[in-house]
Amino acid sequence: MIATPRMGRRELLKTGAALILGVCLPGSNRGEDLASPTSSQFAPNAWICITPDNITTVLVEIPELGQGSRTVDAMLIAEELEADWATLRVEQAPTDPAIYKHLSTGGSGGTTSCWTSLREAGAQARELLLTAAARQMNVNRRDCRATQSTVVHLPTGRRVTYGELVGTASQLAAIAPASVPLKQPDRFEIIGKPTPRVDTPSKVNGSAIFGIDVRLPGMLFAVIARCPYFGGKLASVDDARAKALPGVRAVFALPPIDSVPTWNLHIHVAGGVAVVADSTWAALEGRRALQLTWDKGPGGNETTASIQEQMRAQSLAPATCVAADRGNVEQAMSSAAKTVEATYELPFQAHATMEPMNTTVQVREDGIEVWSPTQIAAETQAEIAALAGVAKEKVTVHVTCSGGSFGRRYQWDYQAEAWQVAKEMKVPVQLLWSREDDMQHDFYRQYTFHRMTAGLDSRNQLLAWKHRIVTTPIRSVFDSAESLRDPKHVASQEIGGADVPHYAVPNFHVDYAPVQSAVPRAWWRSVESSFNAFANECFIDEVAHAAGQDPCAFRIKLLDASQAQDQQDRDQPKKTDAAKHQEAAAAASAVNNRKFQTVLRLAAEKADWGRPLPAGQGRGIACHSFAGSYVAIVAEVAVDADGSVTVKRVACAIDCGTAVNPDGVRAMAEGGINFALTPVLSGEITIADGAVAESNFNDYQVLRINQAPEIEVYLVPSSEPPAGMGETCVPPVAPAVANAVFTATGKRLRRLPIDPSLLVTKSQAV
Amino acid sequence: MPEFRLAVNGVMRTVNADEKMPLLWVLRDVLHLTGTKYGCGMGLCGACTVHLDGRAERSCLTEIASVGSKQVTTIEGLSVDSSHPVQRAWIAEQVPQCGYCQSGQIMQAASLLKETPHPSREEIDSGMSGNICRCATYQRIRRAIARAAQEHQA
Repeated sequence: MIATPRMGRRELLKTGAALILGVCLPGSNRGEDLASPTSSQFAPNAWICITPDNITTVLVEIPELGQGSRTVDAMLIAEELEADWATLRVEQAPTDPAIYKHLSTGGSGGTTSCWTSLREAGAQARELLLTAAARQMNVNRRDCRATQSTVVHLPTGRRVTYGELVGTASQLAAIAPASVPLKQPDRFEIIGKPTPRVDTPSKVNGSAIFGIDVRLPGMLFAVIARCPYFGGKLASVDDARAKALPGVRAVFALPPIDSVPTWNLHIHVAGGVAVVADSTWAALEGRRALQLTWDKGPGGNETTASIQEQMRAQSLAPATCVAADRGNVEQAMSSAAKTVEATYELPFQAHATMEPMNTTVQVREDGIEVWSPTQIAAETQAEIAALAGVAKEKVTVHVTCSGGSFGRRYQWDYQAEAWQVAKEMKVPVQLLWSREDDMQHDFYRQYTFHRMTAGLDSRNQLLAWKHRIVTTPIRSVFDSAESLRDPKHVASQEIGGADVPHYAVPNFHVDYAPVQSAVPRAWWRSVESSFNAFANECFIDEVAHAAGQDPCAFRIKLLDASQAQDQQDRDQPKKTDAAKHQEAAAAASAVNNRKFQTVLRLAAEKADWGRPLPAGQGRGIACHSFAGSYVAIVAEVAVDADGSVTVKRVACAIDCGTAVNPDGVRAMAEGGINFALTPVLSGEITIADGAVAESNFNDYQVLRINQAPEIEVYLVPSSEPPAGMGETCVPPVAPAVANAVFTATGKRLRRLPIDPSLLVTKSQAV
Repeated sequence: MPEFRLAVNGVMRTVNADEKMPLLWVLRDVLHLTGTKYGCGMGLCGACTVHLDGRAERSCLTEIASVGSKQVTTIEGLSVDSSHPVQRAWIAEQVPQCGYCQSGQIMQAASLLKETPHPSREEIDSGMSGNICRCATYQRIRRAIARAAQEHQA
């Protein structure tokens, strides 16, 4: 029996189409529930509910962070349901992990994870509606066709709407979703058509409800003073002045939380001092009035320079983990006619979502209610239940709209803090992070360093490739001491995108060494691809120039050559299981290489690759594969005499399989390209005395409209299943820009963000 | 606490608040007009943009005591039915992703078009450069403003 979703206190929220669950309770009438003959809704599965007014309500699991999931998921259902798009209402599914398996999203996996299940759900409902129509009209089912939320009896032209079929359909026995055949791509009517997003209307009039917008009767507002030093703690507090301020209701210390009971994971809740007040402003004023001293803790001496020093040392120290080893790199290097060497360095980056972290919690006798802008609804429920020591069923999590995420909302710190504060109060409490809190207590992108060597033979063929990756790894921030004893586990989120060569090279070695740091790190849009693609695609460009070849043609040729090499592997006589496995891998790799070549050629052609540009301008190219998608980018830059860099134009070619909503894919590409320009042009989080030096948008400078390039996006037509797009366009941007700067100036960028002083032309340097 | 009378979206509202409380928090926490967003608290991002007598201002830097008799317009009051040319253009160009900054973007764009009905690309960029969008919908913001300007001309 599928439980009906809890209504909770949702009705108390102010009106907002994005949040309010209507009367539908999908899953409440299945085949075995035939007791009620006068059903007022047809809800054959957990995602679809049709009411007599011919409105179809679709419940979407994937949290909406801006990536357009609500629209895409509704499209997948509507395609097979043959629903009239105008009759669709889309709502956030309740956080009930027993029913919904995709309440958390990451890794650009939203569309791919629901591609089959949601189409099957639509098809299942459609088949039942066809059966109901045949029964209700007393006609042969074979003569009926579903279209536009209506069933038509073809011989007579009689029509009956889905709404008119609710009573009959809701009494039919259930059918297995997977038993219904799905449409072939050539019959798609909704999938593949640029479709306006269902959440746009609520986002142009202020009615969309984000976490920060939750307003409940009697609620209070809270902020927390946290230790600025990572790993440090509160030494003393004098709260007399704060408590005397008008509007301040309570001031109390919060203990740190090291781990969630029953979770084998660390949690970074630093503790501190909570200030609860009648308004956010009063809470902020109360916090300003606190007299605080902190113990810096073991990380108190850490600085960006101390990290840099360790990075360089670890780039030459013995590796802790070999990620890939093919051929004999050392031997090949010693026999090479020419070697190329370079190091690359990328600093910490903040997520800096426009909506700072926040969560609203009410702790009651009978349960806990949570309103949170999160990308992990199921984990949030489990976490709060574990912390409070109650059953998961006692914790209701309402997923609000999220004001951006980029990986930040995959953390569970701010929900735990909100629960810590709310359990001390009898009323709902909204915990808000100020911008400064958000900037200084993020889980940053890793700091990384890359030492690379390549060997060319006397005919300028690529002979050998060696890459030492050094990072402050993510895993050691969260995982248990036991799992971190395995160096491969430590390296597991640091080497992706670098450990498999897509360019043909007979001798290939990639290894890894970590650097310890007290600075919290985690997933940042495209994770390890964001730095490994920079190192790889800058370095292949350097190698192409060393070989005296055009960097685009050089890449395409190496992709051809790697097919030839795979063919050679295949032609070997003995066919063991391992050989067959290799053969399949080689075939897949050949297909992937062709996708790389296609997007490279497309981006180059559209960007006028090879056409001369004025002095001080240049184009650069880069490609990368992420979440099953293939992307090539050509960036066009202009470098002024003072060294300032303008990215003028970006052409982007993408093969992402089926683009369910092509306009959504374009939006993700445009946004991803711009997002990736912040770390190139200006963004850097620096560490001074164990704390983050930057605090707001004045010193962590993100891309603004006057810096945004012209962007052209070209999609390769495909009928393959969709691949991920949320993060995909980020990785190739930085190397394409750096390679373009080299074309423009002859100078290589080996550390980002760009330091314009390195690009000043001589005449200006006086 | 002192009492203030504020004209918000054409309605007189009475508010008891600290005279230094920024208009942003008066709107959000006292009047529950949550369409206006907090982004930085320092006038750096534009998420809190509202109109005072028709001109774009950062509500996070506007103390309630300084509002006086000025007409306050928030995103909720820009039109009753999302029919303002800028809102229509935002829908036509499918600008929002997460949508969080878009109230501020729309209020800024409406003010820009009032002062410069037919802005050039450079005027759009300079008029909107105080408004950050981390989803970085900038290309679509440019197109939407150009569209709204054209509609105004037609």
